Amino acid sequence: MVKITILEAINKALNYEMNRDSSVVVLGEDVGKEGGVFRATEGLQQKYGAERVVDTPLAEAGIVGSAIGMAINGLKPVCEIQFFGFIYPAINQIINHASRMRTRSRGLYTCPLVIRTPYGIGIKALEHHSESTEAYFIHTPGLKVVIPSTAADAYGLLLSAIRDPDPVLFLEPTKLYRAFKEEVPIDEGDKKALDKKESDKSGNITKTVKAGEYTVPIGKARIVQEGMDCTLISWGAMVKECEKAAELLAKEEIFPEIIDLRTVSPMDKEAILASVKKTGRAVIVQEAPRTLGLSSEISSIITENSMADLQAPVIRVTSFDIIPPLPKAEHYYAPDPYRIYRGVKKVLSY
Amino acid sequence: MLYEQFNPLREQQLQVMDKDGRVIRKDLMPKLSNDDLKKIYYYMVLGRAADQKAMNLQRQGRIGTFAPVYGQEAQVASAYALQQGDWVVPAFREHALALVRGMPLKNFYLYYMGHETGSVVPKDARILPVSVPVGSHPLHAVGIAWASKIRKEKNVAITYFGDGATSEGEFHEAMNFAGVLKVPVIFYCQNNQWAISVPRKIQTASRTIAQKAVAYGMPGIQIDGNDIFAVYAATKEAVDRARRGEGPYFIEAVTYRFGPHTTADDPTKYRDEKEVEFWKQRCPVMRLKKYMTNLGIWDDSQEKKLLEAVDKEIETAVADAEKTPIATVDEIFDNTFAQLTPQLAEQKAYLKKVMEEKKTRTQK
Ligand SMILES: Cc1ncc(C[n+]2csc(CCOP(=O)(O)OP(=O)(O)O)c2C)c(N)n1
Ligand SMILES: [Mg+2]
Repeated sequence: MVKITILEAINKALNYEMNRDSSVVVLGEDVGKEGGVFRATEGLQQKYGAERVVDTPLAEAGIVGSAIGMAINGLKPVCEIQFFGFIYPAINQIINHASRMRTRSRGLYTCPLVIRTPYGIGIKALEHHSESTEAYFIHTPGLKVVIPSTAADAYGLLLSAIRDPDPVLFLEPTKLYRAFKEEVPIDEGDKKALDKKESDKSGNITKTVKAGEYTVPIGKARIVQEGMDCTLISWGAMVKECEKAAELLAKEEIFPEIIDLRTVSPMDKEAILASVKKTGRAVIVQEAPRTLGLSSEISSIITENSMADLQAPVIRVTSFDIIPPLPKAEHYYAPDPYRIYRGVKKVLSY
Repeated sequence: MLYEQFNPLREQQLQVMDKDGRVIRKDLMPKLSNDDLKKIYYYMVLGRAADQKAMNLQRQGRIGTFAPVYGQEAQVASAYALQQGDWVVPAFREHALALVRGMPLKNFYLYYMGHETGSVVPKDARILPVSVPVGSHPLHAVGIAWASKIRKEKNVAITYFGDGATSEGEFHEAMNFAGVLKVPVIFYCQNNQWAISVPRKIQTASRTIAQKAVAYGMPGIQIDGNDIFAVYAATKEAVDRARRGEGPYFIEAVTYRFGPHTTADDPTKYRDEKEVEFWKQRCPVMRLKKYMTNLGIWDDSQEKKLLEAVDKEIETAVADAEKTPIATVDEIFDNTFAQLTPQLAEQKAYLKKVMEEKKTRTQK
């Protein structure tokens, strides 16, 4: 067990997997010498060399497009896009090729690649650094989308994403990067073991592997806290806001069940429906703009499947259909504990 | 034509004034009056001091992340070669030249403090807002220039971007459109030799960036981007040529970023201090000052007066910016479309209600 930030978890997961599997390569802007603008890839180039940890020219279509070729030809590229708002030049490559190669070739060619990127609002940054437009990508058949909100999930899901046979978009809530240290069930001694690289061929390898081996399956939600009164469904940085809202609600003896989806595509429908069956009420909390966000999809899944269980309409607490304001007015934008609290009170009023 | 004398394929570079402020090519000296020089110098000094102030404010948490112009102030001379109706399409490291276009200094602070209103400049400034997505905006300059052509106006457009931007696909689309459509656009690449931690040599295998122009069928020239005479002369040639209807022009201005990429960056992680020192010997502000001093039109007392005036200007701008109230709920919704949609009206009403409720809760 180690206590680390999400950022450290990502770094360790990359390190672990690069050490274990020589086909894993990391590419992106400033990921090598600098170790990434957030330091997610810190130390990797020194350890694995400039051929496996590549500072690319400044071109997102170039990064993702060439990663597709690498993936087809036997590598497992992990691309870093510096901020989610800069992924758009690559969207043609993602939607028209990465997610379709398997279908197009009936499985002859596949794209086991990962695209990691800092995601979401809350760091008082410049324009385009606060994007939560996951819906564009969830809407893309053939692409998986993962959004961890804890260090353990970041670690475990990143390993699963790299090992997944299909392309995975891995969105990392920027606001949570260094927000807290959390336990990750990997061995304390792993750091030393991993530092040994692949040269350790004297039978120690099994031990090395074990030290950092911890995966979380893609497509499975996490129950953050159990409760009976209402189901709060969320993902990314909003999960923490739900937890804060739960504290407000607890003062009034209201106990919501909180679900962190962790993977937003494919979604864990079963977990959602099982919880709604228990509570009879659902509030979905989404950082993205309101219209056609994932919350709309979840809402229809619940109403299509759980009409008999529902005691109130399903409610969405979301950001607005506006461009995320610059820092001074940022606080207006995303759901906060009070707005979530208010949503829960509303479903309880039926 | 300068571009015919300095061939980027042969790695020739236009330089009029050497690093010590001595004119080495009198024949190429552009026509600038002493007053012009003093004005250019004023904007360069203002740009640098405004930047320095912003750095300090950033450390105190009074302003957000921004990209300092420090070291690249000769950009001012390129804007100086434009005319009133011309258009400027910047990236995010052009606030010194924006001042030449008539952007109030206060706007610079407003924007980086996190107010959208920082992008609202006087109409006749004709400078677009900061564009953060690297390499995406040169196409807008092409479109603006194209419209000028279609509307038979004589205005040209100039776009600024970095060495890193030349790797983006959209940059190449802009170059290609400009060449094919022969529009009055000037591409001004501020090659400061770094894109965050990535050095110029990793950005492109071309020996110069200017030589890329050749492939797109337009003149390309590499200039000493810290020499205001080279900057002015090349831009003037490009602008005049475009205005005559002879099409686009590409300028690679070799310069250097003295400071961090942004206030969030630590350049000691990836570059050698010796390199910074080398370039500080070629500081554009210092060079112009030396030139003016040698010419006998500038002295210490003028310098002192200028610095005082600039400081005052900055203090006023910062104070004004800090007094600016944050955007209202109406403001953040009402600027989405020309007309508020029913959905947005509903969302706005909800947010207002929530804000009211929160107020009464904290009062309790
Ligand atoms: C499309 C896109 N990708 C990545 C970024 C993040 N980013 C901001 S500035 C920058 C480097 C830009 O280098 P250059 O074009 O040389 O301009 P400079 O910063 O040196 O002025 C990067 C990678 C961005 N803003 N936009
Ligand atoms: Mg640069």
